[in-house]
Amino acid sequence: MPTGLFYTKYQDDEKIFHTLWVKIWMWALLIFLFVCFPFVAYPLSGFFGFSLQHMANMIGIFIIGAHGLNLLTGFTGQISLGHGAFMGVGAYTSAILFMKGGWPFWLSLPAAGLVTAGVGMIFGVPSLRLRGLYLAIATMAAQFIIGYAMRNWTSLTGGSAGLNVDRPSIFGFALDTDLRYYYLILILVIFSTLFLKNLLRTKTGRAMVAIRDRYLSAEIMGVNLFKYRLLAFGISSFYVGVSGGLFAHYNLVVSDEHFTMWLSIQYLAMVIIGGLGHVLGGIFGTIFMVLLPELLRIPTEILSNIYPNIFAIFGTLRELVFGLVIILFLIFEPDGLAARWHTIRAYWKLWPFSY
Amino acid sequence: MAQLQVQDLHLNFGGLTALNGISLSVDSGEIFAIIGPNGAGKTCILNCICRFYHPGQGSVTFEGQEITNFAPHKVARLGIARTFQNIELFQGMTVLDNIKLGAHVHLRSGFFAGGLYWGKARNEEMKLRREVEEQIIDLLEIQAIRKKIVGTLPYGLQKRVELARALAMRPKILLLDEPMAGMNLEETEDMARFILDINEERGVTIVLIEHDMGVVMDISDRIFVLDFGTRIAEGPPEEIQHNEHVINAYLGGSDAAFSKLGL
Repeated sequence: MPTGLFYTKYQDDEKIFHTLWVKIWMWALLIFLFVCFPFVAYPLSGFFGFSLQHMANMIGIFIIGAHGLNLLTGFTGQISLGHGAFMGVGAYTSAILFMKGGWPFWLSLPAAGLVTAGVGMIFGVPSLRLRGLYLAIATMAAQFIIGYAMRNWTSLTGGSAGLNVDRPSIFGFALDTDLRYYYLILILVIFSTLFLKNLLRTKTGRAMVAIRDRYLSAEIMGVNLFKYRLLAFGISSFYVGVSGGLFAHYNLVVSDEHFTMWLSIQYLAMVIIGGLGHVLGGIFGTIFMVLLPELLRIPTEILSNIYPNIFAIFGTLRELVFGLVIILFLIFEPDGLAARWHTIRAYWKLWPFSY
Repeated sequence: MAQLQVQDLHLNFGGLTALNGISLSVDSGEIFAIIGPNGAGKTCILNCICRFYHPGQGSVTFEGQEITNFAPHKVARLGIARTFQNIELFQGMTVLDNIKLGAHVHLRSGFFAGGLYWGKARNEEMKLRREVEEQIIDLLEIQAIRKKIVGTLPYGLQKRVELARALAMRPKILLLDEPMAGMNLEETEDMARFILDINEERGVTIVLIEHDMGVVMDISDRIFVLDFGTRIAEGPPEEIQHNEHVINAYLGGSDAAFSKLGL
């Protein structure tokens, strides 16, 4: 048994999953997600008081979007407060093409990504000049402009009443139940995660991280800042557009209320809590942000059953605890859950002989 | 013909004249040192060559091509690499990624191929890894830190990584801005050895800004002396050591100046 990793080929060193055990765990996770989870989800839903399957689907949808924002904010260093609206662009695009244009779902979903990428790149143009807070305000403009369009371009978007969307089918396979839709989401989540990870270990991703760390010397190294900043906005918006498309067909109705400023901030919270600049950050952060409010509902419901008179107080308690948890996280683990995960792994690596 | 030619360069910051009609030409394969007291405008020359600064007047020509109006990222494509006086590495990336980024302009695969990590993009990455390991990391003796995050490394090693990153650009000319600043004797000697290796084995032209006169006098072929944005002397080390203007500029002509210049 070797006591370390001794590679004899560069290929081995460049792998994502290095050791046999990591691979076994990954396969185990995949088997769990594909085979076991649907069986576990239904009985557990009764225990938790909310549909675990539905939660898993929502988490999957938002993971794709969070990956997108993480690429832009965590890896390229460009903040965006417009991603909620970009998700809306994706949702409306897929919904309109599918319902009004009669496009098949397997075309309307990528189209949603592409259209959103285009829109994102237009709003990404100021990123060449603006950074930090200034860029945040510039992208916030996107949020308001797109939100306005969604509300008032009635002929296209149905105005504030929104659009009804049908569950799609892919190549004759109807995605009409939560479980069936779950498989589509799961496959897309896996693909988008791998794509992001690969992107980051090749030319484009390195250039983006270089721009985040020190854009002036990246430029001297031959990185075209404008191109890569726009590309980051494009790919990021593509991700969030696909996530919007998935959301539209899952939620069965799209309206402008789903894609407000609040969603943009939630997305930012996801990547910050999960860990900016970690691929796992998008995943952990989304799970945290989607599950926490639901889990907090359990104690508040129990409490309000015991003290039904002060139900209103416990209702706000949930929001309060939610905010408190986020603040505590930012204080005690500013690098996010992904960093904590790395610490835990490093601890167990040599356990019990850590020295 | 000279590889790099700077002609009549003028650079002003408001009312301050940073460079006042600088002309210099660097021949292919030589080690060309630029020295001068603090604030003389040495780094300004490099910044004008790299297109960080836009000179008010004058031209920069590289291998017969006028580059005065190039975008900074295009200059890199021509084979002009540089390091910085204050380390400008990508602090959050590993040493390996920093060096790999240096080869940015030589990689062809786009983001889609990269994201799929398939075929050409994968081969290209593997080839790059091999090149980085065998031609750069081995040369600069930084094997032990290749997976470290750059921000955690000590200063001397960071300087070395920065040189490695510049080397990954496969430069024809390397502009080094105080590579030995803040180093101890041993580190300085290592760095001088690396510079000579790069120059001799790879035929890379070196433009060197340095305050360590011992090193400058030892390794450079020609020295260019600058003071208050004007050229005061130019020539081989022996000549510069005895040049009256240089001694005056450095320490007002006192005896201490002679010792500083290694006499």
